[in-house]
Amino acid sequence: MSDPQASALPAEAHAEPGQTEVLVSAKGLVKYFPIMGGLLRRKIGDVKAVDGVSFNIHRGEVFGLVGESGCGKTTLGRTVLYLQRPTAGSVEVSGRDLSSLKPRELRRIRSRIQLIFQDPYGSLNPRMPVSDIIGEGLLAQGMKSHAARMKKVEDSLEAVGLRRDYTRRYPHEFSGGQRQRIGIARALALDPEFIVCDEAVSALDVSIQSQILNLLLDLRREFNLTYLFIAHNLSVIEYVSDRIAVMYLGKLVEVAMADQLFKQPRHPYSVALLSAIPNPDPRVRRKRLVLRGDVPSPANPPSGCRFHTRCWLREKLGNPEQCSAIDPPLRDIGEGQMTACHFAEQVGVQAASEVAATQSVIETAAALPD
Amino acid sequence: MSTVVDLEGVSPVAEGRAVGPPPPADVLLDVRGLKTYFHVMDGTVAAVDGVDFQLKRGETLGLVGESGCGKSVTSLTIMRLIDIPPGEIVAGEIWFDGREILSLPMAETRKIRGADMSMIFQEPMTSLNPVFTVGNQIAEAVKAHRQVSNRGAWNRAVEMLAAVGIPSPEQRAKQYPHELSGGMRQRVMIAMALSCDPKLVIADEPTTALDVTIQAQILELIKAMQQRTGAALLLITHDLAVVAETVQRMAVMYAGKIVETGTAEDVLLDPKHPYTQGLITSIPSNVPRGQRLNVIRGTVPNPFRMPVGCRFEPRCPLAFEPCRDSDPPLRTLDPGRRAACWLQYPLSERPAGRDAAASSQPVTTERVAKR
Amino acid sequence: MTLPIQSSVAAETGIPSVEPAPREGVDVEVSLESLNQWQLALRRFLRHKMALVGLTVFSAIVLIAIIGPIVAPYNPLNIPGATRMGGDPPSLQHLFGTDDAGRDVYTNVVNGAHISLAIGLFSTLIAGIVGIIVGAIAGAAGGFTDNFLMRVVDVTFAVPLLFLILVAAVFFGQGSMIALILVFGLLQWGLIARLVRAQFLSLRETDFVEAARAVGVSNLRITFRHILPNALGPVIVVMTLLMASNIVLEAFVSFLNFGIAATEATWGNALSNSQNAMGDGNWWWAFFPGMAIALTVISINFIGDGLHDALDPRARL
Repeated sequence: MSDPQASALPAEAHAEPGQTEVLVSAKGLVKYFPIMGGLLRRKIGDVKAVDGVSFNIHRGEVFGLVGESGCGKTTLGRTVLYLQRPTAGSVEVSGRDLSSLKPRELRRIRSRIQLIFQDPYGSLNPRMPVSDIIGEGLLAQGMKSHAARMKKVEDSLEAVGLRRDYTRRYPHEFSGGQRQRIGIARALALDPEFIVCDEAVSALDVSIQSQILNLLLDLRREFNLTYLFIAHNLSVIEYVSDRIAVMYLGKLVEVAMADQLFKQPRHPYSVALLSAIPNPDPRVRRKRLVLRGDVPSPANPPSGCRFHTRCWLREKLGNPEQCSAIDPPLRDIGEGQMTACHFAEQVGVQAASEVAATQSVIETAAALPD
Repeated sequence: MSTVVDLEGVSPVAEGRAVGPPPPADVLLDVRGLKTYFHVMDGTVAAVDGVDFQLKRGETLGLVGESGCGKSVTSLTIMRLIDIPPGEIVAGEIWFDGREILSLPMAETRKIRGADMSMIFQEPMTSLNPVFTVGNQIAEAVKAHRQVSNRGAWNRAVEMLAAVGIPSPEQRAKQYPHELSGGMRQRVMIAMALSCDPKLVIADEPTTALDVTIQAQILELIKAMQQRTGAALLLITHDLAVVAETVQRMAVMYAGKIVETGTAEDVLLDPKHPYTQGLITSIPSNVPRGQRLNVIRGTVPNPFRMPVGCRFEPRCPLAFEPCRDSDPPLRTLDPGRRAACWLQYPLSERPAGRDAAASSQPVTTERVAKR
Repeated sequence: MTLPIQSSVAAETGIPSVEPAPREGVDVEVSLESLNQWQLALRRFLRHKMALVGLTVFSAIVLIAIIGPIVAPYNPLNIPGATRMGGDPPSLQHLFGTDDAGRDVYTNVVNGAHISLAIGLFSTLIAGIVGIIVGAIAGAAGGFTDNFLMRVVDVTFAVPLLFLILVAAVFFGQGSMIALILVFGLLQWGLIARLVRAQFLSLRETDFVEAARAVGVSNLRITFRHILPNALGPVIVVMTLLMASNIVLEAFVSFLNFGIAATEATWGNALSNSQNAMGDGNWWWAFFPGMAIALTVISINFIGDGLHDALDPRARL
């Protein structure tokens, strides 16, 4: 299946010195979850969680992935790591296609690609001591010597700012922030090159969040790590990422450098997202662009451009046919910024504030008519 | 060991007890010295430990703090929704619309709750009853407080749903909560809260469980409704940006106490308390990329081992002599502007510093080696 | 706005470490003693007053069951003949009275404890072991295996108890204890299997299991090291309660004369024999065995309550 998106990716996009090597490459990733129903439990449909996603992540980069609930970002994170097998498409790590690996080889690759979870309370087995939680992966990867494992466990604890003698303790003795550190130590112990941070700070209090964010950035520098940073909080993504991809209903709608995206978003959804971020400066009381309606179900995405049922630009342009008929591909609109919109050139922050000014704030519950 | 001192005497929640003078007429809500404790297996948690604030009619106040600071318990106490036991309202007075409500019998409290004072909760899914239609639930609230027929209550429900922007309200009113999205459900909650024209709306983390674009919808809606109805709004949240966008005044809570109050501008642009300062500088949106986030080191104190002195002292970068031994009370810097920090007191009013080495209290939180 | 002292890595450290900690840390409140979940559960159990009462009573009963027959003053097989119709009421010589054959009721009750407790215990063990194995396989394998095993479970629930006892009697002889144990276990393992399977299904989706997969842990190790230990909590509670109900079930079955031979001493038999006695006013025939059953069952239920609260994963110290 030829995928226009895959070929549209510039191979050396925004290469910074020393970062041209592509570490992880996703090509046309698709992940559907079958919906069973009816008397005979047959497949009656699919939840199209990820529906054709391609991107390249360069070594040393922090690649942010932002989107709201239901957009598929968590599924994408799992699929990139092959914790979920993709329905279609491929993932390459350092050029090696993961689908071509035998189970044993795949298990060994796992030490290079790791995952940090969102929930510090659910991601640690309450019945295992810290030494086992962190050391288990080492054992699975073949480190048979108990002494060697313990040393590695203690080194990892220290690297994340915890005491070496915490190995004997159990998860319930730690606070949320500390548990998150243990989760990071678990990933770090395997000497990974690439880590998927799946909402790694979303469940933490603000003051702990900043500690963990600093830690993650320190670790990146110290161990030359590459991150896929998944979050729904745009301010966090902006702070932490080099490049950002915006996801909506299973597809990427925009990919750009962090500065580019925040100064010059080119997709109506990105504009709305940015407009929706509350500003901690109380003097700034701007009119916000409020999207209409709710996110459609991924089991039944809208025809054509998936965003068209809520798109303010489409409304402004008088509901052009194109939007509900043709799904726009992700295309390069200049300086390496990629957008999936037929009318990307007409998107501007001014356009957004004009629309915001005339919006009726209360009647935004309904989606736009087709 | 808890450092909590139990009050002697009669619990303040008793009918006919002696209370202070009522507040002026324009003050809708006046919380004085509120203390709500919880008695659990391992001891007593002073969830709210001496909280004072006022809210004028039609005003918006944000109560800000991280998890465990006591902000939710404060709002639940105001609504008298605390389970007693294990909870206990140990001290304080709450004046609402000219009456002290802690000493009211429950029957009176129920009349106020839902009518003059209503609440919007965080999780719309669990706050709405899944076996009743949304119209029914709003109508039930209306019937509880107004003398109307079933038809009248239903009409009011539909009216409210329209008012909060739900399209086709007559059909939607007949739907069940699970048929609606998160944003819609939150609108229903808002409709319910406003159905009896309350004077005070308490919104407890109303947008925390929502996506950011839906959050924008709901916040705008809350602001618009508040202006339209003239109700006072007590907004509880941990998100400083939400507070900045929505409220006129704010109070910051830490470990059961209020540490700073003032207008949103004053507190967010010129914070006086080191905790507030730390919070503001640790938000990524306030820090340019590449620069390290400021960090408040340490964690909130264990509620069973609360520090004897200032509760923020173990984590405070500006702590000095008196902080370890004495807990600074809120000091009024300007009308409406208060901070609980020894640094805000002139030298003459600070407690005499004691020799740190000879501290008599066994401080159970471990000390950090200071530079 | 003046910021607090600008932090660098070293100053951000909150760890009161003996060794230098190179990064910002957060560690002020960690408990001094380290207990694992089972030890914590024990602690919670010991704080549960009802559970302790139950444990005490139950231990006493077990003790009596073991020591009693040795210490009992009367030989249960000795039938001296009654001194009055319906036996003697409780007296100093016969604490619980005698029945119409002159047997000491106390001795009967104490001997009966053996059998009743043994039946309760072993049938529960069988149900538990088979149930855990089948449930684990169903939960771990999924798909067709899971479906098939669950239909087997459905079948076990459809078989009537008394019918199966009759069939067992053909093979093991009338009134065999082993037959009862097997039959009970056979009809009840399905309960446990369903429970274990449900636990498996929910635990499989937890983050920590996914984390183990992400670091490369094999499925086998995940099952035994991650899922099983966390699944056992509710299973233990249910098994405890199952034991209590099996003791009652034995009494019921024996009462109907389907169970242990009427000449043997079991609580159920004692109750059965006492049916007519009640009408004649010889209350002690039924009262003491009945009390024994009631006390045992109640104490086990209390223990079950305590276990339930102790093993609740959401409970904190």
